[in-house]
Amino acid sequence: MMKFAVVSFPGSNCDEDLYYAITDDLKADAEIVPHTSDNLEGFDAVLIPGGFSYGDYLRSGAIAKFAPVMAAVKEFAKAGKPILGICNGFQILTEAGLLPGTLQHNREMQFICEPEPLMVNNNQTLFTSAFKAGETITLPIAHGEGNYYCDDDTLAQLKANHQIIFSYQDNPNGSLSDIAGITNQAGNVLGMMPHPERAVESIQGGTDGLKVFQSILQTYLRTV
Amino acid sequence: MQQLKTELTPEEIREQKPYEAWGLSEREYDYICSKLIGRLPNYTETGLFAVMWSEHCSYKNSKPILRKFWNDGSRVIQGPGEGAGVLDIGDDQAVVFKAESHNHPSFVEPFEGAATGVGGIIRDIFSMGAKPIASLDSLRFGELSNPKNRYLLGEIVAGIAAYGNCIGIPTVGGEIGFDAVYDGNPLVNVMCVGLMNQADLKMGRAKGTGNSIIYVGAKTGRDGIHGATFASNEFSDDKEADRSAVQVGDPFMEKLLTDACLEIIHDHSDILMGIQDMGAAGLVSSSAEMAAKAKSGVTMDLDLVPQREPGMSAYEIMLSESQERMLLCVKKGEEQTVLDIFKRYDLDAVVVGHVTEDRQYRLYQQGKLVTDIPVTSLVDDVVEHEQPKRKPARLENVQPVKTPTVKDPAETLAKLLAQPTIASKRSVFRQYDSQVQANTAVTPGSDAAVVRVRHTRKALAMTTDCNARYIYLDPYVGGQIAVSEAARNIVASGGVPIGITDCLNFGSPDDPESYWELDQSVQGIAKACQRLDTPVISGNVSMYNETDGRAIYPTPMIGMVGLIKDLDHITTQDFKQAGDVVYLIGETGNDFAGSELQKLGGELPTGQLHFDLDSETAHQRLVLDAIQSGMLQSAHDLSEGGLGVALAESIFGGQFGFNGQTTLTNAQLFSETQSRFLVSVKPADQARFEALAADQAVFLGRVTDEDAVHLTTADGRLEAVSSALKETFGGALECLMK
Repeated sequence: MMKFAVVSFPGSNCDEDLYYAITDDLKADAEIVPHTSDNLEGFDAVLIPGGFSYGDYLRSGAIAKFAPVMAAVKEFAKAGKPILGICNGFQILTEAGLLPGTLQHNREMQFICEPEPLMVNNNQTLFTSAFKAGETITLPIAHGEGNYYCDDDTLAQLKANHQIIFSYQDNPNGSLSDIAGITNQAGNVLGMMPHPERAVESIQGGTDGLKVFQSILQTYLRTV
Repeated sequence: MQQLKTELTPEEIREQKPYEAWGLSEREYDYICSKLIGRLPNYTETGLFAVMWSEHCSYKNSKPILRKFWNDGSRVIQGPGEGAGVLDIGDDQAVVFKAESHNHPSFVEPFEGAATGVGGIIRDIFSMGAKPIASLDSLRFGELSNPKNRYLLGEIVAGIAAYGNCIGIPTVGGEIGFDAVYDGNPLVNVMCVGLMNQADLKMGRAKGTGNSIIYVGAKTGRDGIHGATFASNEFSDDKEADRSAVQVGDPFMEKLLTDACLEIIHDHSDILMGIQDMGAAGLVSSSAEMAAKAKSGVTMDLDLVPQREPGMSAYEIMLSESQERMLLCVKKGEEQTVLDIFKRYDLDAVVVGHVTEDRQYRLYQQGKLVTDIPVTSLVDDVVEHEQPKRKPARLENVQPVKTPTVKDPAETLAKLLAQPTIASKRSVFRQYDSQVQANTAVTPGSDAAVVRVRHTRKALAMTTDCNARYIYLDPYVGGQIAVSEAARNIVASGGVPIGITDCLNFGSPDDPESYWELDQSVQGIAKACQRLDTPVISGNVSMYNETDGRAIYPTPMIGMVGLIKDLDHITTQDFKQAGDVVYLIGETGNDFAGSELQKLGGELPTGQLHFDLDSETAHQRLVLDAIQSGMLQSAHDLSEGGLGVALAESIFGGQFGFNGQTTLTNAQLFSETQSRFLVSVKPADQARFEALAADQAVFLGRVTDEDAVHLTTADGRLEAVSSALKETFGGALECLMK
């Protein structure tokens, strides 16, 4: 059975939600891995959850990048295995240099928690293969610092390589180019501000998020 | 006993009476000296007495009244007196909840005052052994035309968001009301709800002679000293400098503390004898209360207490209200297990003392005994004051209210929808993470929030409510209405109301009229609670809500929890489909006393309330039966702004219109007669519903997919554009904040 690692930092608060999304809804295996672990052997995918790692003191994700587990996460990325960072997880991945750009304070300088319509720009990735091309989906956002920014060259690269996987239909936070989620150049690391793990059961208001995890699982099943 | 040079001697204390400034009366001081300890207390001891004998800690003024509450009921596992109350919800699970006020700190330092209010109530919940699963905030402000109130609203909401979002507990709802009486005295009441396995239940007890007292969490600093005394005083404008009495919160620390304490409670229940939050009056109240409840004594060495700065006196250490601290009682010899867990979470934890048999409260500092008094003198022996009561003159010879004239109901409706108390609070609620933990089924904005219980078919509905304008008119009937309306919110969401918590926000108990209002409200609340089978399991009293001698409306906030037996019963206020049939449950009279329509006319609340608990329970029963038998598409409680507002709110969830007729007059569309619901039913269920409802419901019209509301009344017509109403409702608050 495919096994997901949910990496938990002090202050992560969506780690359990991710764990349950995988075990209850995707019906795959998952384990919460503490920030002190230096080993991700035996895992087929790594999930970096939302929350406020280290209180988001200093800057979101800035302290988490020094956690012992991050060396193993970088190895995992280098090996081409799937890594998904959600919300604070996205912020950590940019701070750690696994994804380009940075996440700034929202345009209105306020935290926003709302369901947000998104465009799936690229369904040819291991995270989005279960979506239709150009599909519009709805996922909840919940962040104060989700305003994506990068320099012009990086943006041009992101566009040329089809790395902008999700974009906002109605940009809530001022993100450059309406960016909601991007991959690295190799396509095995995805960072996204919206929370797919909060949209895996109809009682949560929608199930569009489940397809993100289903895509990862399907890709895995095709390659083993 | 040692005295620091700067501290007054016992004799100087007797002469100079510094305790009076700390809230202790001379009579109380004399009683303590002569009857309780048989000598003069030293400086530290006097400070301990002052804070433990404050209303905030001892409830000395309110206790005689609070005994009138009803705390029984088959679900009650723990009633008032512990960190929070506990109710059985079946499957060996329990729901734990409590509400607390942080009014005074939030006025002085709104961001931190509100944030630490959230933090404090969360600790009360997990100290019982429960995982906090939701919080709600009931807020009151003066009118937003005053820039100070816009500032307070902005900062208080930001403070709640900053703390709540970080700690990972969804803020799922609450309500916000506005009235000029809250100028200079906003209300910040925070409710937290937790879920637990009954086997994990813990209490605040320091029991078992020789067992260790462990301090964990943030270091103790000089912040918040005399916060409890501060909360037991009236405000005056020149006291804005009271900032040192407000603490600063660290939600990251609180998250670690929550997770670590729950791990210990869960995995090491056998060695954990008791646990309590260091809330108001910090270390002294937690340790003294834990000892008092266990009928034991406690000895602590203050040199071992982690301190943020050097040179703190015993007085300062004991009275500090630094946040994010817990006190544990752990079996002797097993301390290391607990200390190791805290270490893994990077938390400071130290053994600071032990339990004694002799029921004395002893503190050492630098090897000297600085406090040696009976535990009971700090807790159980506080002298209660039943204050004189007097019915306010405004409540004598109350005249009936004239029925207002409403020429154009559409215009009146639009005006009401733009009232900040009624208008959409989305611009506030969207700043709260309402979905973390991924269990939120109904987000803020409907009658009640709903959080499912993972891995079961159950869910919990929760709401906060209080219409203080009604309480002002008649605290006894208004108290009944506050409970009943909260219950209506729960029922409309598909839940069975199972219990309440409360924050009693009142004026000074020294004012006989305020004290009378408190007494009457409590009796009204108690009566409705007993009738609706919703025991009071926890709560908090905030008196002295006066600024420069002017009291707020008496505002007993009710926080209620309901049990939804099956996820299929979850119901929201939004209309679901064009063609559905809409009914009004309950009769409508000319009830304009205290109404928003009356307020729109610029009047203070006047007139007489009408309320009947029999029709209330009958209508709640009907709605619950209809929901449980799958007949209702939507259900909405009628409250501020009456039928007109409820109808509009039901439309706003989708893109709907409405077409119907009623025998009510234009004005009655905005009457606030109690015990009413607006429900919609699929055409296929119409006959079934009508048979169930009999004469309790009247046909009102149908949901349409037109962008319009047409409602013919007895003396006119309401004609409005749905989308325009929605825009007014949606934008009013943001507009007033600019």
